[in-house]
Amino acid sequence: MQLHVLSLNRINELITKKEISAEELTKAYLEQISRVEDDIKAYVTVNEEEASVRAGIPVAVQDNICTKGVKTTCASNMLANFISPYDAVVVENLRKAGASLIGKCNMDEFAMGNTTEYSAFFRTKNPYLAEAMPGGCGCAAAVAAGEAAFALGSDASGGIRQAAAFCGVFGLKPTYGLVSQYGLITYAPSLDQIGPLTRDMTDLALVLNIICGRDSVDSGKGDADLPDYKKHLVNDVKGLKIGVPIEYLNTVKAPRVAAKIQEAIRKLEELGAVCEEVTMPHAEFALPAHCIISSAEASSNLARYDGVRYGSRVESPDVLNMFKKTRSQGFGEEVKRRIMFGTQVLSTGCYEQYYTKAMKVRTLVKNDFDLAFEKYDCLLTPTVPATAYKTGEKALAMYQSDFCTIPVNMAGLPAMSLPFGMAENLPVGLQLIAGHFNEGMLLRVGYTLEQNTDQTRLRPDISGL
Amino acid sequence: MKIIRQDLERLIKACLIDLSEEEKGVYLEQLNDMLGYVDSLNKLDTDSVEPLVHVLPQHNVFREDKLQPSLDRGLVLANAPEEHEGTFVVPRIV
Repeated sequence: MQLHVLSLNRINELITKKEISAEELTKAYLEQISRVEDDIKAYVTVNEEEASVRAGIPVAVQDNICTKGVKTTCASNMLANFISPYDAVVVENLRKAGASLIGKCNMDEFAMGNTTEYSAFFRTKNPYLAEAMPGGCGCAAAVAAGEAAFALGSDASGGIRQAAAFCGVFGLKPTYGLVSQYGLITYAPSLDQIGPLTRDMTDLALVLNIICGRDSVDSGKGDADLPDYKKHLVNDVKGLKIGVPIEYLNTVKAPRVAAKIQEAIRKLEELGAVCEEVTMPHAEFALPAHCIISSAEASSNLARYDGVRYGSRVESPDVLNMFKKTRSQGFGEEVKRRIMFGTQVLSTGCYEQYYTKAMKVRTLVKNDFDLAFEKYDCLLTPTVPATAYKTGEKALAMYQSDFCTIPVNMAGLPAMSLPFGMAENLPVGLQLIAGHFNEGMLLRVGYTLEQNTDQTRLRPDISGL
Repeated sequence: MKIIRQDLERLIKACLIDLSEEEKGVYLEQLNDMLGYVDSLNKLDTDSVEPLVHVLPQHNVFREDKLQPSLDRGLVLANAPEEHEGTFVVPRIV
């Protein structure tokens, strides 16, 4: 039996029946890592030691989520040697539930990007095609390549969902405030959420149950009652009303991707759902507004990196020069660009014109969704207008890649990406969006699709799988 | 809007970031591109729209005012670029 391809649900079953041990499981994963990691490069740190000593279900965690005793680098030279003195609340919850941290995933520096090309260390490869992008973190690549049973990532502009779409796994960005942000090194706290990446729908529900446990330290935590998400794994969409925003559909230029989205819509209709086109007139303005808000927040958040209490320092006899040298050499190009841009839009004379304007646009983007959810149970869009971008394809195409994911962050909504077949040998991602704290609806619709097609079961053709 | 060299100098001073002359040229162009891009928001009339500060109605979460263990001093200081007898060391300030 290949242990490193099993779902969490199946692993739990086998462990409960004592048919496999956590040690065997860990060993299988470490073996798969040694087989494929040189090619995939999903991890900044493989935590072989802890995984072996404290065997459990192997979880990969994006390297901007604090883990006590294991480096948390944010893929930045600034934090290359940073070891957090505490665990993020989500990590604490996972450890309590019997997971063991098998590694920390690569990412764009401080999560600013969607390719890992801005990692200060290296680029992660897509398990389906080496020259294709894995999304903005190595989490989905690790799960797809059998290097982790599941992963936790962060999503401020689509990080979890895009990586999941590009690598053919399931990824869920919870409602803003459902999951604790404590211990997440976020660049844009009003937009960011931690969420799971898994191999199937049931696993999403299982991990969500574990990570959304309450805590007493997180200022951004909502008060919604916490349901048992497994109850929402219902194979039935009869009578559900699903909106399909035309602005999102129109972004898709690749005919095979468009065909897959239409196929998913037809499937849901066949299963009894009512799908209708809906218009979201402010969708196109979400991107520039997000660019302003996220950069503004980044410029303020990253002010803490001054070479004094933690992080790298470039020595200088004069303290101001020490700050400057430390920040100039510790931050990469993209991070500096966003800090400067954020500082500009917050500066006197610009604040109203840019920052306040963006916050007003945020209201309009949210209103579009509020209106849609008066009529629809959930919305269906492509996760990304295309399949994974390839090296050198950057610029224009990639800039559009956030079009379908960013409005969700602007409105703080829950959304997930599930695989839906392939186009040109790369996975296609389908995005479902629901109202605040309605993760249950995402699980229900996703689960129904999963149970009634074979499109959601994808596996890359790599060694050991 | 467009920014000029002087604005960039002011910016990098505020951000505590040093740039070479060559970098300044590159960033100035890129920042102007970004500003040009976000200027597309001006197409929208937002005069009667309230800015969105929080996506959800939230209130502060208070904990009980009880003494709790704080972070381990040794672990915290282990991350410091330089420390001395339990304190962070910085270059001379005054």
